[in-house]
Amino acid sequence: MIETHGLRKRFGSKTAVAELSLSVPGGEIFGFLGPNGAGKTTSIKMLLGLIAPSGGQATVLGAPIGDWRARARIGFLPEHFRFQEWLQGRELLRFHGRLFGLSGAALETRIEELLARVDLLDAAARPLREYSKGMLQRVGLAQALLNRPALVFLDEPTSGLDPIGRLLVRDIIRELKAQGTTVFLNSHLLGEVEATCDRVAFVKRGRIVHETVLAEAPIGMTVELRLGGATPETLAGLGRFGDDIVHVDGVVRMRVTGEESLPEIARWLVTSGARLYAMHGTRKSLEQMFLEVMGEDQRPG
Amino acid sequence: MRALLTIIHLTLHETARRRILLAVVLCGLACLLLFAIGFYFVEHDMRKQAVPLIQRRMMLNFFLLAGLYAANFLTVLTAVLLPVDTLSGEIASGVMQTLASKPIRRAEILLGKWLAYWLLVAGYLTLLGGGVLVVGKVLGGITPPGIGQGLPLILLEATVLLTLTFAGGTRMSTIATGVTVFGLYGLAFIGGWVEQIGTMAGNDAARRIGIIVSLIMPSESLWQLAAHHMQPPMMSQLQMTPFSPASVPSPAMVGWAAGYAAVVLVVALRQFQRRAL
Repeated sequence: MIETHGLRKRFGSKTAVAELSLSVPGGEIFGFLGPNGAGKTTSIKMLLGLIAPSGGQATVLGAPIGDWRARARIGFLPEHFRFQEWLQGRELLRFHGRLFGLSGAALETRIEELLARVDLLDAAARPLREYSKGMLQRVGLAQALLNRPALVFLDEPTSGLDPIGRLLVRDIIRELKAQGTTVFLNSHLLGEVEATCDRVAFVKRGRIVHETVLAEAPIGMTVELRLGGATPETLAGLGRFGDDIVHVDGVVRMRVTGEESLPEIARWLVTSGARLYAMHGTRKSLEQMFLEVMGEDQRPG
Repeated sequence: MRALLTIIHLTLHETARRRILLAVVLCGLACLLLFAIGFYFVEHDMRKQAVPLIQRRMMLNFFLLAGLYAANFLTVLTAVLLPVDTLSGEIASGVMQTLASKPIRRAEILLGKWLAYWLLVAGYLTLLGGGVLVVGKVLGGITPPGIGQGLPLILLEATVLLTLTFAGGTRMSTIATGVTVFGLYGLAFIGGWVEQIGTMAGNDAARRIGIIVSLIMPSESLWQLAAHHMQPPMMSQLQMTPFSPASVPSPAMVGWAAGYAAVVLVVALRQFQRRAL
């Protein structure tokens, strides 16, 4: 669906995207994570042909980026969606539907379907200037789906949405996945990404620094063990179950890949003769991982 | 083609919905009404005082030229003010991102908007110019000569300004575009007078400066040429009014201005194609 090799963008002396190489297969919900200013929006804009890259190659849906015909199968929700505020919600969708090449009854049916899906049927005849931030974002999402796209770019889709709106977006992303649509999701709301994405890439200063498949391998767990008489052999033996082992005052902390390691660790400790008083596993959140990957030098964007 | 028509439709719809069209038409009609009232009184007075026919016709022709000059100026103003925000404003607000990510060429966005505004400007000129002519015919029984050449020349002048405004909008902010295009118009205006006065004073250098300025910005010489066509030859030869050019621009200026507008449009299309949105 998306293939990029060394995609770069410089604005004057400032590098927005240093080196973007990624591959997103069809049907995947791909999360693009990073702090503000990491180059996420610039990357999406390059893939959509809104800005020309300074270097590198990329194809989207098999066509070189910037090919206007390929955009017939692409949907895009920009960050902070805005459109001419004198247009009514339904008119906005009709206009964008026509640009997608749709018309007549097929377009009208699709418009009503989407208005119902994003819960805007009752506001469809009102001009956009009367819409709240969340309503604008939802009508923006509807316009991105008019053409039943094969690939959808969502740039911070939940910004400005209340919790109900966020759940709606989450459900729509899941429906898109069920239909086999590929979703490229830019976000810094980690809970959002964790709940919906198959795979995430972490972007830092315009470069992918880490990729994780969320669906197959859980991010991992931290296990805390209270042990009596832990010998260096015990600590060395624990090494086969995980890493980052720290031993302080009879408490051992270590990182394991998942919950299934816990009974095995307990069984091994008991048979090896160590006294196990307590054991506690904490699932690591994407947020912890984000902070680890981004490093200490990150400042609020 | 379909995308182009959709953009034209949206643009026209916008001017109607935002009451821009209404404001423009109402102001135009107010100007026409004022002109008609003035024309009526002048014509009525001259008839009462039994001014000789030839003199009366000259006077009314002068009055009609003044009306056409106002129509020319208002059309030019409209050609710059109506579209000045359409590209830069939509780029700045992010509206353009949603538009340009659709399966259409950027050229279609620009040309669609350009055509829609050109239609509006042409319609406005028809309303104002036509209105002045109707007033002349109905109230004074006269029609100036050369209308078939004069009005298209004014439209060409407005086309040059409209296209420059679009070219500015692909790169500059709304205010910068407005200031630049009106600045060029002002330059041409002064250049035109330098040329006319230089010719009258027999100063070749001043005349040449005026001609060079009109090559940089042909708007004023197009009006001069239009005005030359739209008055009786005698009025023009005797330079009886401020609208009778002493130095009549060469007919080649028409070709130059058309080529100028075409080149500026191509530049606008290229710049918009490369513009980061």
